[in-house]
Amino acid sequence: MSKREIFDNIEEVGLLYKEETGEIISTIPPAPPADTTEEFKYIGGYTSRIDGKRIATGKAPFAQDIKLKGMLIGKILRSPHAKAEVMGIDLGAAQKLKGVKAAIKLTNGTVNYVGQQVAAVAAVDEKTAEKALALIKVDYNPLPHTVTEEKCQEEGSPQVHSKNPNVTKFRDYKRGDVEAGFKQADIVLERTYSTAVEIHHPTETHGSIAKWEGNRVTVWDSTQAVHSVRNALARVLKIPAGQVIVIKRYMGGGFGSKLGLNEQTVVAALLAKAAQRPVKVFNSRKENALCVGNRPSTVQEMKGGVKKDGTITALSLINYTCGGIGRGDGCDVPFNEMYKCDNCTVENYTLYTNTGASRAMRAPGVTQGTFGNDGFLDELAAAIGMDPLEFRRKNYVTKNLGGTGIPYSSKGLDQCYELGAKAIGWERRNPRPGEGSGKFRRGIGMASQIWWGAGVPGTKADVCVYADGTVEARCGTQDIGCGTRTHMAVVAAETLGLAPEDITVKLGNSDYPYAPISGGSLTVPSVAPAVRDAALKAADWLKQLAADRLKVETDNIVLADKKLFAADDPEKSVTIAQLARQIRRETVFHGERKGLPQGYAYNSFGAHFAEVEVDTETGKIRVIKVVAAHDVGRVINKKTAESQVIGGITQGISATLFEQRILDQNTGTLVNPNLRDYKIATSQDIPEIVPIFVDIIDPRINILGTKGLGEPPRIPVSAAIGNAVYNAIGVPVREIPMTPDKVLAVLKQKEALT
Amino acid sequence: MHENEKKKTQGREVSRRAFIKGMGGGALGAAVSTQLLAKGVSSVQTSAGTVPLFAKKEIALNINGRSHSLVVTASETLLEVLRDRLSLTGSKKICDRGECGGCTVLLEGEPVYACMYLAVRADGKNITTIEGLAIQDRLHPVQKSFIDEDAYQCGFCTPGFIMSSVAFLSKNQNPTPAEIKEALSGNLCRCGNYAHIYKAVQAAAKKIRGGV
Repeated sequence: MSKREIFDNIEEVGLLYKEETGEIISTIPPAPPADTTEEFKYIGGYTSRIDGKRIATGKAPFAQDIKLKGMLIGKILRSPHAKAEVMGIDLGAAQKLKGVKAAIKLTNGTVNYVGQQVAAVAAVDEKTAEKALALIKVDYNPLPHTVTEEKCQEEGSPQVHSKNPNVTKFRDYKRGDVEAGFKQADIVLERTYSTAVEIHHPTETHGSIAKWEGNRVTVWDSTQAVHSVRNALARVLKIPAGQVIVIKRYMGGGFGSKLGLNEQTVVAALLAKAAQRPVKVFNSRKENALCVGNRPSTVQEMKGGVKKDGTITALSLINYTCGGIGRGDGCDVPFNEMYKCDNCTVENYTLYTNTGASRAMRAPGVTQGTFGNDGFLDELAAAIGMDPLEFRRKNYVTKNLGGTGIPYSSKGLDQCYELGAKAIGWERRNPRPGEGSGKFRRGIGMASQIWWGAGVPGTKADVCVYADGTVEARCGTQDIGCGTRTHMAVVAAETLGLAPEDITVKLGNSDYPYAPISGGSLTVPSVAPAVRDAALKAADWLKQLAADRLKVETDNIVLADKKLFAADDPEKSVTIAQLARQIRRETVFHGERKGLPQGYAYNSFGAHFAEVEVDTETGKIRVIKVVAAHDVGRVINKKTAESQVIGGITQGISATLFEQRILDQNTGTLVNPNLRDYKIATSQDIPEIVPIFVDIIDPRINILGTKGLGEPPRIPVSAAIGNAVYNAIGVPVREIPMTPDKVLAVLKQKEALT
Repeated sequence: MHENEKKKTQGREVSRRAFIKGMGGGALGAAVSTQLLAKGVSSVQTSAGTVPLFAKKEIALNINGRSHSLVVTASETLLEVLRDRLSLTGSKKICDRGECGGCTVLLEGEPVYACMYLAVRADGKNITTIEGLAIQDRLHPVQKSFIDEDAYQCGFCTPGFIMSSVAFLSKNQNPTPAEIKEALSGNLCRCGNYAHIYKAVQAAAKKIRGGV
C-alpha cells in the first residue's frame, strides 16, 4: 500500500491506497448512509457568495495586501545557471547598503536549475532590497547540465541527480496478459501523444509575511494548505508545531502550486528572525514562472488492440514524463481505469532535467493521461468504423480497474453521455472524421473524465452557537476561490433553519480544526459533511432546549425559518437567540467527516462534448461550444459549482491551444517568463459553455452524498477538443498545445498521404 | 475605451521602462540622473520628447474624491503609490508590466494600467479605484452584477475587471457580446471565469440602462 500518488509530496492527507484494488482505506468508521430523500432549501440551490461584497469592493484582504507595522521587504537572489557549484557568497556590500536589515545565504552546495534560490535580503523597501541583491557577489563554478527531455536521455548526458539516472521508472501497473490480448485483436494501433510543460501562473504570486514574537512565528501565506504549511515550517525551523500559526485570508489562485510549504515562506521566517522585524517576501511574475512548480510534460506511447465488434483486447502505455529536478506525472489513471479491458500494462518513467521542479497542477497526470487515452480511443473507434460515443458505451464499466476491480459506489457517466450528447447535438458531427470541406471545417468530439473525490475522513469542523444566538462555522480549510466560505454557510444554515448570510464563517487558520489541503478535489466532500455533522449536533441541542422550554416532546420540535416550534402547534415557538440567551455563553459542537465503507471505489465522472472550427489555411482552432456533464454526487452550491466548471474548461482550452513553457535549450533560461509570451486564454477565446450536473446522491461516500469538483472539469477538455479537431479535419493532432503550426503540419501530412 | 486605444494612449508618451531607466530605476540610471542633476541639467531630450529630470517631486492626486498631496520619486508608479503609500490595496499587482489589467484604475474616467503609469504623470488628476466605486453602502451596478453572476473565483483579478467594465459601460450601455469580449481582452482571469464575467457585464448594462 502507498499513499495516493496525487498526494505523494503532500502531508497530512492520511489516506492509504490499495493498488491492487484501487481502494481507498481509512481507519475511521463510516457514517450512516446519505439521506437521498431529504428536501433542502439551500443545499443544491444557487447561493451567491457570502463574501461577494468584500471581493467586489476590493476589500478582501489578500496576502499581497497585508502590511504590518515595521514590516521589511525581502527579495531572493536566484541562480542564473542551470547547474553550478556555489564556491562562495559575499553578502558584505549588500549588508552595508543603507536600509538593508538582514542578508542570509540560502545554499552551500550546488544549484540545480535557473532560478534556484541562493541568497536573500530584507530591506526597508522593495527598491532597496533589489539594489542589495545586485550587490551580492556569488562565485559560481558552472557545471555541465541538461535541460531538455530529448538531451537528458542521451548517453553521456550529465546526470541531474547523483542517486537516480536521468530516466528512472517510478511506477508500473499490470493486469492480465497484454501479449495474448494483442493476438486476439482484429486491429492493433500504436500511437504517441504528448503534452507540454505548463505553468500554473496564479494571479497572486507566491509569498508570505512572517512575524516572530519570541519563539512563536505567525505567517500570513498565499496558500492552499494552512495545516501542511504549519507542520512543514515548524520542522524546517526546528520549533514545536504549536509555535507556528499559518493564516490564509484571501489568496489569488494556486491550482496546485500552493499546496505545500514554499521556499518564500521559509525565507520570510528566516529574514524576520534575523532582522527582528516582520518580513514580507513575494515572488515577481518571472520568479513564479521559474521556481514554484509546473505541470510535467508527457510523451505517451500507447498500443491498443481492438476487435471489430468494439471489444478492447489489450492496452499498453509507456509514459515518459518530465518534471525538471522533480518527478513527472504518472498517467496510469485513466488508462487502466476508464474503459473495459482485461489486459493492461503501464510503465511510467520520469526524465530528470536541470529545470525547476514540478508541482501538482489541477488533476496531475490524469489531465495529460486523458488527452492521450481518450484521443487514442477515438483513433481505435475510427479504425473499426464505430461511433466514438457508442465505442465508449460498449466499453462502459461499473467496476474500477477497467471492470476488473471493485464496484463504484455510484457512477453517473452513462447519464453524462446521454445529456451531453443531446446538448451538443452529437448527431451533427461528421459521421466519419474529416468529411467536411472548405477552408473552415467544423467537428464535434467528446471525452470522458474520472477522478477521485471522496474527501478525507477525519476532517473536523466546529459549529458555535454564541450567547446572542448567532451561529459560526469554523474549519481549518481554505477558500481558494471555489466558494468554501459560502458552501460552509449553506450547509450550516440549511441544518439550523437559518439563511447562509446568517452564518459567520471562519477558515484559513492552522489553529482551527483540521481540514486537508485545498487540492485533489478534497474540500467539499471533506468539509461539508464535517460542518453538517457539527450543525446536526447543534440542532439536536437546540431542539432539546426548545422542548424543555415549550414543554413538548423533542421529536415534536421543528427547526426552520429561524425558529423552533412544535410541529403540532406552531404557535408554541422560540427563537435560537432566546434559547442561547438562557445559556449565557457560547456552545461549541465538534463535527467530523466520517470514514468510507470498504469494498467500493469512490470516483467522480464526467463527459465533455466540444464543437470546434478549424481554419485549414491558418491552422487556427476556434472552440465554439463545450458541454460539460458531471457526476459529482450531490452539488452543494450550484452557483459556485458552475463557476468551477467554467474555470476548468477555460483553463483546459488555454492549455490545449496556447500554453507551453519555452526554455533556451542550451542554458535552461526561461524564454517566456511573463504573461505576454506565456500565452493564456483571454476573454476572446471563450466559447459557449454549458455545465450540466447529473445530481446522483452517492449513498455511501459521506452523509451528504457529495463528491469533489475541483479537478474534474479540467480533465477531459484537451481530449474533447482534440477529438473535435480530428472529427473536423480527419487527422488527429496528437500534441498539445495545438498551435497552428502543428495543425498545418498534420494537414500537410494528410495531403501527402492522399 | 477599447484595448487597442488604451495601448495607443499609453504608447504616445514616454514608456515607463525607458523613463525609469533614464530616471533612476536601476543603479546605472540613478547614477546618470544624479550626475545630470548635480550638473544642473533639468531635462533631457529623448526620441519620445523632452523628459524632465528630477529625483523627487510633490504631486497632488484626487483619489476617490479625496485629495492627497505627497512627494514621489520619479520612478514610482501609480500602483505603488496607491498600494504602498496610500494603502489602497484593491488594485492588484499581478504582472507588473501591463499584461493583465489587474491594476486597472480610472484616470479622468479612462481605464489605465496603474503599474505602467508613473505617479508623477497623474499629478493633478482625478483617479477612481475599486475602493471608490460604491457610494457608501450602495454598490455600483457592475459590482452588484459581479456578485449576482458569480463573476469571480479567487477574486484577485476582480477589481481590475470591474474597473475595465465600468469604464466600458460608461461609453456603451448596450454592448454586444463581441464588444464585451473585446473591451475585457486587456484583463486576464486565470481561474477562467470569463463566461460569468460577460454575463455580469451584460446584466450591469441592463441595470444602467434601466437607471437602477
